[in-house]
Amino acid sequence: MSGIIELEGVRKTYRSGSIEFEALRGIDTTIAEGEYVAVIGPSGSGKSTLMNILGCLDTPSEGRYLLAGEDVSQMGEAQLAEVRNRRIGFVFQQFNLLAMLPAWRNVELPLVYAGVPRAERRERAVAALGRVGLADRIDNRPGELSGGQQQRVAVARALVTEPAMILADEPTGNLDSQSTTDVLALLDELHAAGRTIVLITHEHEVAARASRNLVIRDGAITSDEPVGALA
Amino acid sequence: MNWFETFRAGAEAVRAHRLRSVLTMLGIVIGISSVILTVGLGQGAQDQVRQQISALGSNLLIVSPGSSTDSSGLRGGFGSASTLTLQDATAIGDDSVVPDAARVAPTTSTSTALAAGETNWTSSVVGTTTSWLDVRARDLSAGRFFTEAEVEQAADVVVLGPDTASELFERGSPVGQTVTVDSTPMTVIGVLESSGASSSGTSEDDQAVVPISTAKRLTGTATSSVSTIYVEAASADALTAAYQEINALLLTLHGVGADEADFSISTQDSLVETANSTNETLTVLLGGIAAISLLVGGIGVMNIMLVSVTERVREIGLRKALGATPRVIRRQFLVEASLLGFTGGLVGVLVGVVGAQVLPGLIDQPVSISLVATLGAIGTALALGIGFGVYPASRAARLTPIDALRSE
Repeated sequence: MSGIIELEGVRKTYRSGSIEFEALRGIDTTIAEGEYVAVIGPSGSGKSTLMNILGCLDTPSEGRYLLAGEDVSQMGEAQLAEVRNRRIGFVFQQFNLLAMLPAWRNVELPLVYAGVPRAERRERAVAALGRVGLADRIDNRPGELSGGQQQRVAVARALVTEPAMILADEPTGNLDSQSTTDVLALLDELHAAGRTIVLITHEHEVAARASRNLVIRDGAITSDEPVGALA
Repeated sequence: MNWFETFRAGAEAVRAHRLRSVLTMLGIVIGISSVILTVGLGQGAQDQVRQQISALGSNLLIVSPGSSTDSSGLRGGFGSASTLTLQDATAIGDDSVVPDAARVAPTTSTSTALAAGETNWTSSVVGTTTSWLDVRARDLSAGRFFTEAEVEQAADVVVLGPDTASELFERGSPVGQTVTVDSTPMTVIGVLESSGASSSGTSEDDQAVVPISTAKRLTGTATSSVSTIYVEAASADALTAAYQEINALLLTLHGVGADEADFSISTQDSLVETANSTNETLTVLLGGIAAISLLVGGIGVMNIMLVSVTERVREIGLRKALGATPRVIRRQFLVEASLLGFTGGLVGVLVGVVGAQVLPGLIDQPVSISLVATLGAIGTALALGIGFGVYPASRAARLTPIDALRSE
């Protein structure tokens, strides 16, 4: 079966002087379109490295990574930037919104880099904010929004380019329980609407919302099961 | 990302840190405005000198005495000797000897106390002949100039400069009144028109002109030495010929060789040149200092841009994650730096232009600002912004998105 994400023997080695550290020791997996996958593992397990490679923020030392059929493992920086722009929607633990811009201008940012004309950008940004339930907050700056609202703006920004995958890195790590529930419900909704979501987390309750859990430890996948079986 | 978006992002970043941006620009503002003002001051001073010298008269040759060496071996500069005499002036006036000289005006000059009633004023008393008025291209605003007869009789008549007249006589026409020159009462027969040269710093409008014979009697000097001989050449084309004729004549009369000449002859052009060479040195010096301050301003831009890059590592990381290529990031920071430079340059020019209006009133020096210098200054400021923005911008472009996002 060919998926939207295909990893074949992906290894990542970091060198620091004469010391070599193997963060990923051969990852093979396929994620199909519409899947909701949680990657779980303790800190130091290599899940951050995996997330960087999945997000095209870094390239593997060895192995192949096909994203929507495109081999991105040998790409240069500028090409990777374009792939990130078109294929991946990021949601970060720290929200990473630009404080000086109102919500809709934060959401339109990926479209600016994609070269989408102005009028269309605003239209799509407002629509995406509507999807996450913030239609009445488009002109607010991040400082005027609650943590949960800010993260929803970030989700809207991830959605606005219609990416192949939404990559969420500990999206609830900085939120209170109410906002956590909101954001997870939003991800559920997106999943139900057919989005491919990869969620990196160390919290089992969060991972339990996904349809499939990849457990990673010492740079290798130790368990890959649908969520029902894990429970 | 097109240029418009890049400019918008740059302008937003500049605006987001208002105080810091203003302080950064301040360096450029000070640099640009001081360059504009120093160059303007230099230019203004040169214009003023040219104006003053051209106001001396037209086609003028100025013969001054040479340097002197007294019996003890002390040497004085040019003008300290009293080698020029009335006879020299008369000889120059002889059409058969110096055909290219139209008119000659020998002058003596001393600083003397004048008094009119209770009012005192110390001014320069110039003794000369009737041709002075034409040679020096002066006009009278009231009364008349003295006559040949009055020169011969050493009459006690005086023509006042306009400033001198207003100092001595606050109201009413001075013509016909009496002025005591060095305790000799004299009748004021005329008042000079203002010389038209810039009002300040010249004695052209503050002097008392008397017949040369009267001046001799006043100072008690029996000698016929004069301090300057003004010669008006027949035409502009005759200047060189007149110069050579006078030079040859005086060398012969004084019995000296060409390399021991005890006099010097200058033209208005050579005076302008001499005066301006001093001005130019000063302008270059001050301009150099101003240019250094501009450089310091440029380094300030670089400094702040580096701080800005470090401070906005997360923003850069985010922009990269969302699809900004290194080239787009580099451009964004370059635009930011050049905006700082350009805006600083504009404000600097503004300050310079305002300063050029205000400064002459404060320090009594004209400032002339040229369009070329102004455009050049703005261009320089822009170039500084870009030049000093390159390194911070490429540092921003080289950041890897993971490191950038990871930083707290």
